[in-house]
Amino acid sequence: MTIEEIQNQIVDEFAMYDDWMDKYAYLIEIGNGLSAMDETHKIEENLIKGCQSRVWFHVDLRDGKLYFEADSDAIITKGIAGLLIRVFSGQTPHDIVNANLDFIDKIGLTQHLSPTRSNGLLSMVKQIKYYALAYEGK
Amino acid sequence: MFDVNRIRKDFPILEEKIYGKPLVYLDNGATTQRPLQVVEKMTEYYLRYNSNVHRGVHYLSNKCTDANEQAREIVREFIHAKSTDEVIFTRGTTESINLVAYTFGEAFIREGDEIIVTEMEHHANIVPWQMLCERKKAVLKVVPFNDKGELDMEELRGLLNERVKLVGVAYVSNVLGTVNPVKEIIDAAHAIGAYVLVDGAQAIQHIRVDVQMLDCDFFVFSGHKIYGPTGVGILYGKRNLLEQMPPWQGGGEMIKEVRFEKTTYNELPFKFEAGTPDFIGVVGLGEALEYVKSIGLQEIAEYEHGLMDYAMKQIREIPGIILYGDAIDKSSVISFGIEGIHPFDVGTLLDKMGVAIRTGQLCAEPVMQHYGVPGMARASIAMYNTREEIDAFCEGLRKIEKIFKL
Ligand SMILES: Cc1ncc(COP(=O)(O)O)c(C=O)c1O
Repeated sequence: MTIEEIQNQIVDEFAMYDDWMDKYAYLIEIGNGLSAMDETHKIEENLIKGCQSRVWFHVDLRDGKLYFEADSDAIITKGIAGLLIRVFSGQTPHDIVNANLDFIDKIGLTQHLSPTRSNGLLSMVKQIKYYALAYEGK
Repeated sequence: MFDVNRIRKDFPILEEKIYGKPLVYLDNGATTQRPLQVVEKMTEYYLRYNSNVHRGVHYLSNKCTDANEQAREIVREFIHAKSTDEVIFTRGTTESINLVAYTFGEAFIREGDEIIVTEMEHHANIVPWQMLCERKKAVLKVVPFNDKGELDMEELRGLLNERVKLVGVAYVSNVLGTVNPVKEIIDAAHAIGAYVLVDGAQAIQHIRVDVQMLDCDFFVFSGHKIYGPTGVGILYGKRNLLEQMPPWQGGGEMIKEVRFEKTTYNELPFKFEAGTPDFIGVVGLGEALEYVKSIGLQEIAEYEHGLMDYAMKQIREIPGIILYGDAIDKSSVISFGIEGIHPFDVGTLLDKMGVAIRTGQLCAEPVMQHYGVPGMARASIAMYNTREEIDAFCEGLRKIEKIFKL
């Protein structure tokens, strides 16, 4: 699936919940379901700065596509990381660099995007784009 | 009679809806709300009297100057200082402490001298002293606290020796809520010739303060934590010390005569007030203190005490709750965690229910290290909070636990 298609799928899933608590409960579920990160990847270099909770992102390039792993000690943050992984893992660096992240707005997580927000969604997105940029053209 | 519903009417923000739910504001340790009286007074000054202080010949300037000096008198009376000369306007607690660390440091601290702080201080009462120690090659010593959040007074007494020049201590801890025995600490420090700075940021709005009775050498607080505006705070200092301390910032207002050969400095308190102050903020702070006085600090303290007892009782009944700070003398602050749930998640979910609390390291990383946690959640009360709000908060915590157990 393309980044666009996955985003639309996520938007549809979240549209099923009109209550805030249910949306967050779903995020928590995603966080809990995220496959465990390789402990050796939980290193300082993979730590994303600017979050109140600790978040690690690790990236691998295989056959021209990027694969992400993430973990966080806060479950909502981990859930958000899980969404980002679902959108970006298995995509090419080129597509990631050029992706428009409108699903964040559509599922009502925009308030988490402002740079002063402590959950670091913006920092995570930046880091992913940064990785993709580094691998683009390699 | 203390009437919380009447008081709440003075704070329109408490009527706000957050995500469609009634706001439950329990982040008063970070900043309190301002009552209409304060906002209206400041608005009146902005709209009718705005004019720079201490320099005009004209009516408006005199009006603002008088209001500023009246506010100084209100502060003096509120903390029972001997003279308005001992009341200096600053930008807040942080600036007050930095001012003392710099200027007291210049006058009194030599290589090898010692400064004592406690393990439960806010960063504002740690970092300025570290900077001073670095500048002067002095040594910072730390008094630990026990797991209940009470200072180890034995250890403190052991640290007091003739090299100690100053002890910096919070009257009330912003994380643990502990009301520290500051009088006892001041007397012990004075006995060996050391001075004491009391950080009153979390005390001034809850506890009656009498700086002469305490006999503290410095007392500092912020306007925005006692229903006043941001950007103004107070440094109280004993006159004989303030006189021996050099000025901090140079500029207008703090001078007596400026000559290129030699400039002489103004008298107290103006010696420490360089530049145009936040003079309308100062008027707002005066009004906030008048407001508190009109309700009565004793009445406020009694009401809040009852509310704290109620809150502590309610929160203890929540399974999985971990409380940080259980001192016998505890005020206004409840820091906690929930087993297996990150404080950030607790804060985010409570927010969605309209409940505002603080999470993170609470500007007190050494306290986090003491308990070995990455952060905490903190609810902190003010005089306008109610039992219904405490119930909503506890209900929220229960709901969160349910979500996590899904
Ligand atoms: C105990 C204590 N000291 C100092 C401060 C710093 O106050 P301000 O940020 O108003 O300067 C605070 C405020 O959080 C505090 O709680």
